[in-house]
Amino acid sequence: MSILTRFGLDKTFSHGVHPPEYKSLTEHRPIRRLPFADEMIIPLSQHTGAPARPIVREGQEVVRSEPIAEPGGFVSVPMHAPATGRITRIALARDVRGGMSPALFLQLYPGEGQEILYGAPVDVDGMSNPEIVKAVQRTGVVGLGGAAFPTHVKLAVPEGKTIDTVIVNGCECEPYLTTDHRLMVEHPEDVYEGIRVVQRAYQAARVVVGIENNKPDAVDAMRLAKPDGEPIEVESIETKYPQGAEKMLIKSLLDREVPSGGLPMDVGAAVFNVATLAQIGELLPMQRGLIERVITVTGPAVGNPGNYLVALGTPIRFILEQCRYRGEDASVVILGGPMMGVTVPSLDIPITKGVTSILVLDKAEVQKRNRAEYPCIRCGSCLDACPMHLNPSRLGQLARKREFDTMANAFNLMDCFECGSCSYVCPSNIPLVQRFRVAKSIIRERKAAS
Amino acid sequence: MTVITPGAFEIRTSPHIKACVTTDAIMRNVVYALMPVCAFAVWAFGLSALALICATTAATVLTEHLVCKVSGRPTTVGDFSAVITGLLLALTLPPGLPLWMGFAGGVIAILLGKALFGGLGFNTFNPALVARAFLQAAFPVSLTTWIPAFVDGRFTRFIPTSLTIPFLSPETKAEALTNYLAQAAIDGWSGATPLSLIKFEHKTTAAIDLFTGMIPGSTGETCAIFILLGGAYLVARGMMNWRITAAMLGSAYLFSWLFYLTDNTNPTPAFMLFSGGLMLGAVFMATDMVASPTTPLGVWIYGALMGFLTILIRVKGGLPEGVMYAILLGNAVSPHIENLTQPRVFGTKRVKKAAK
Repeated sequence: MSILTRFGLDKTFSHGVHPPEYKSLTEHRPIRRLPFADEMIIPLSQHTGAPARPIVREGQEVVRSEPIAEPGGFVSVPMHAPATGRITRIALARDVRGGMSPALFLQLYPGEGQEILYGAPVDVDGMSNPEIVKAVQRTGVVGLGGAAFPTHVKLAVPEGKTIDTVIVNGCECEPYLTTDHRLMVEHPEDVYEGIRVVQRAYQAARVVVGIENNKPDAVDAMRLAKPDGEPIEVESIETKYPQGAEKMLIKSLLDREVPSGGLPMDVGAAVFNVATLAQIGELLPMQRGLIERVITVTGPAVGNPGNYLVALGTPIRFILEQCRYRGEDASVVILGGPMMGVTVPSLDIPITKGVTSILVLDKAEVQKRNRAEYPCIRCGSCLDACPMHLNPSRLGQLARKREFDTMANAFNLMDCFECGSCSYVCPSNIPLVQRFRVAKSIIRERKAAS
Repeated sequence: MTVITPGAFEIRTSPHIKACVTTDAIMRNVVYALMPVCAFAVWAFGLSALALICATTAATVLTEHLVCKVSGRPTTVGDFSAVITGLLLALTLPPGLPLWMGFAGGVIAILLGKALFGGLGFNTFNPALVARAFLQAAFPVSLTTWIPAFVDGRFTRFIPTSLTIPFLSPETKAEALTNYLAQAAIDGWSGATPLSLIKFEHKTTAAIDLFTGMIPGSTGETCAIFILLGGAYLVARGMMNWRITAAMLGSAYLFSWLFYLTDNTNPTPAFMLFSGGLMLGAVFMATDMVASPTTPLGVWIYGALMGFLTILIRVKGGLPEGVMYAILLGNAVSPHIENLTQPRVFGTKRVKKAAK
């Protein structure tokens, strides 16, 4: 531990919260591969943007890593077969939002060796920006930290903008999650390969890796694997939620504030999650597609928590069965972390590109949030928690009165990125962030209608 | 391999975990923090103080319960906020106050100070101080009749005025009070607190007596040590905004020092800080979350304003004590302070002035 860390002087942003980490459950468990399920479900829309278009027919045989869907536009990515088998159906499948959306159903061939036969080596060093953008799109990689935004879109910088600094997000500020942590400890070279691609695409002068100081082994591993002579810094920063939010991380590392309503590129920065970079680093030089990812399976109702490499499309049910899941204790199953993750309506939902973890909470934890709601006592905890320096207390009162326009115009509601810190600290158990989500969607709808 | 029974999973929105601090826990801990102050009050003023604390608290809790019943809502007595109001009210009243007045004050606190505004979270003013202001206006003599602390036999006998028959003036007990004081071998009791002594007779009181509470005064305001201990406990548990207390005491110190510089017959800053209800007010009343601003800059201005008003009333006003009115005035302007001190939103340039 560095002296800075000991005295709490690591770089950081102001406000935020310190939820218990619960990372000790899985942080020292090496990444292990889980077996393949018999049937996989590959939704055509597992990223932000247009859904992918299938390029296979029902009944067609596919080989592991073969492209099975093409991008539906520029803001879209292709899909690749996660395993060798036969496409049995192209039909609606239950999605995480509780609705139905189109997906490919893949039946695996039993006894198949599951070798990856696809791929052709390319030389990244000789590629121009548009070539890199195209190559990254072909890998099907999206933001693996949870946002699932197509990575190549970020690499295509609009005219007049320059990215001088690439920020590598190794914060993993959500409690329970440890996939990025394990990736940095076990495969730092893949992350650096990805950094090389991205830095080349931007011609960026500087790369800063930000890792929360609760992962000193990841900081050490990343520093040790750092290529010589490159303008790369590895920074240990304060452990605080939501340190991994783009705007917060840019503030912490570069002391630049992304303007309200703006993007990181407005301040010359681009932020990439370490898992995203590791996949680019692994896939792009071989021109392969994204077919698997590391997830953390954890929580009080999981008997064998850990970090697992799983094929995309594997149903949650199969994964939980492999991890000795105690169904009788389980109360909610969450995809993602406990602060921003979503609960699933059924266990037949597959793992998609943006899923960072499966978190199963037991009844005791759920009870805590089901406490009675009190009136706002104006304690101000939410103001001290909000990383965007909003006034959630006032916003909450306005939401009750349905004064949505005041919320947006006078109190900057649209700057809320729904991190949930306000709801987390509220002693009166007021569902603040949920009210803001509702208000924001009403405001967006009104805007679209007018 | 476990067989997974298909069960209904709860669907809900993030965040899925919660911090441990709850509103009722905050309120309960404020009650705990007030316990040493109450205990000292009972030790200093005896049976009457205990009865007064019980009377006001019973009144606030009962009124809260009845208000909920009448308005057809589940009772909110369990959130402990009514208990705090009752305790605080008793602590600001003279220990010999007729119990019926204390009880009436408790009813007023909840009815006028809280329920009329909409209950917990909506009161503009600190309910206990609303009631005290009411009592001070209605019964000025009783509210300024002080009893010496540490009278012999205080644990076996009531202060005679405490037991005044409801709706009668404590004047009816004047003779008994004289007897009570005479039996306690206290002659020539002027009935003055350190603040009125210095205001009207220019007599100062030793700082150590002020600090340890060896003085007459309101039931719970006399012992600075226990008040500060209670405050420190709440701050340590993250349940009190220490900035308000710091701003109020700091500005009180600063302004009394300025007054003392201009005219050294004025009390010293240290005297000002530890006399009267300033400590109790700054630690337990001004920090009432509901009636204070929520913005980081707002709380400093709010505290500083109340400290300044307290000293201004004490030095320039007709009353020896100004904490109550200072806090009530602070409560009144708190929404405006909050509107004018909205934090600068991340990624924006100018500080937005909130629309009403």
